[in-house]
Amino acid sequence: MKIVFTAKGESWDSPMDPRFGRTDIFVVYNEENDSLSFISNADTETMEHGAGLQAAKKVLELSPDILITGNGPGNKALEILKRSKVTMYVGAGDMTVKEAYNAFLAGKLAKFESRV
Amino acid sequence: MKITIASGKGGTGKTTISTNLSSYLAIGADVVLADLDVEEPNSKLFIEGDLVFEKACDKRVPRWIKEECTLCGKCEEVCRFNAVIKVGDEILIFPELCHSCYACSELCPTGSLPMIPQKIGELKHFKTENLDFVEGRLDIGEEQAVPLISQVIEYVDEKFSQDTIKLFDAPPGTSCPVIEASRGSDFVILVTEPTPFGLNDLKLAVETMRVLCQKFGVVINRHGIGDNSIEEYCNAEGIPIIAKIPNDRRVAELYSKGELIYPKIQEFETALKQIAEFVGGIK
Repeated sequence: MKIVFTAKGESWDSPMDPRFGRTDIFVVYNEENDSLSFISNADTETMEHGAGLQAAKKVLELSPDILITGNGPGNKALEILKRSKVTMYVGAGDMTVKEAYNAFLAGKLAKFESRV
Repeated sequence: MKITIASGKGGTGKTTISTNLSSYLAIGADVVLADLDVEEPNSKLFIEGDLVFEKACDKRVPRWIKEECTLCGKCEEVCRFNAVIKVGDEILIFPELCHSCYACSELCPTGSLPMIPQKIGELKHFKTENLDFVEGRLDIGEEQAVPLISQVIEYVDEKFSQDTIKLFDAPPGTSCPVIEASRGSDFVILVTEPTPFGLNDLKLAVETMRVLCQKFGVVINRHGIGDNSIEEYCNAEGIPIIAKIPNDRRVAELYSKGELIYPKIQEFETALKQIAEFVGGIK
């Protein structure tokens, strides 16, 4: 399974970023070969509008099974994300990436429900 | 004569001054007031008139014609507002983000993105005994105020003669809607309050007006609260202080009831007279 985290750093010990669209980094964990990698989302920092859309596009291209974040994506980003097979979990904004992963395994994270 | 009533900071008294000044000037001249704060128009609360005209306003946004599209991605590349996104074999359009610049539509090699009108709000024209009032009101959920503001200004320009005094109640802040509401006017009145917040935001508004090469002056509302920093700043910068409206609880009471101030408070009428004389002396 491929799991993507919104984070402020590149490692297991990095704090999670509660934001989706303007997260600093997407940390990618591939369970199959136990590999941790990341992609930067820094380009959205200077975008006045539509940061969530570009972030969603990156997630779509990563094609993960699971996304773990803090607050959850907005409605416009969701429009893109619903074209992927990703299942989203929220409420991990105050954790580290490792803690968020463990919380997910323990079934302690809430599944993201669209507000529309 | 076109006059915009603006401010950096919100809540300094733009609407109070706009509604009272328009009513005051209308005693002896043809006046139209337009509420350009289309995201939260409130001048109408103080003006009772009959609706004489209304229309829906729209902006043009691209629509994707799938059949002709080669998915080259040029549209996404040229959109600086992220309003057109290529996802897989689809082009998604987010109309709220679209600034109607036509770049995607014009540069599409197969003409697959025609621009289609989409309703974003309404314009209403009311008449009272001696005052015309026009209001723009953006639909809930719409993010682009500028296209509606420009259509309200266009309507006022077409409908009223050169001799009519046109007053524009602008939105707060210093961003695009304020610039749209100010740039075509002969003069901008910046309403502020004598507090550190008022000064900070006034400075931003002054910088904006200077970039626009716009003539402007300052009205200090709620004079007597806070400090003298606004006056010191204006004097140092050579910015005219057109009037100082004394802080008075009765103003807030009348405002909260949706009533005009100047018929009941002498000092307020004096300030309006000073503003009227000042703007009458421009040109």
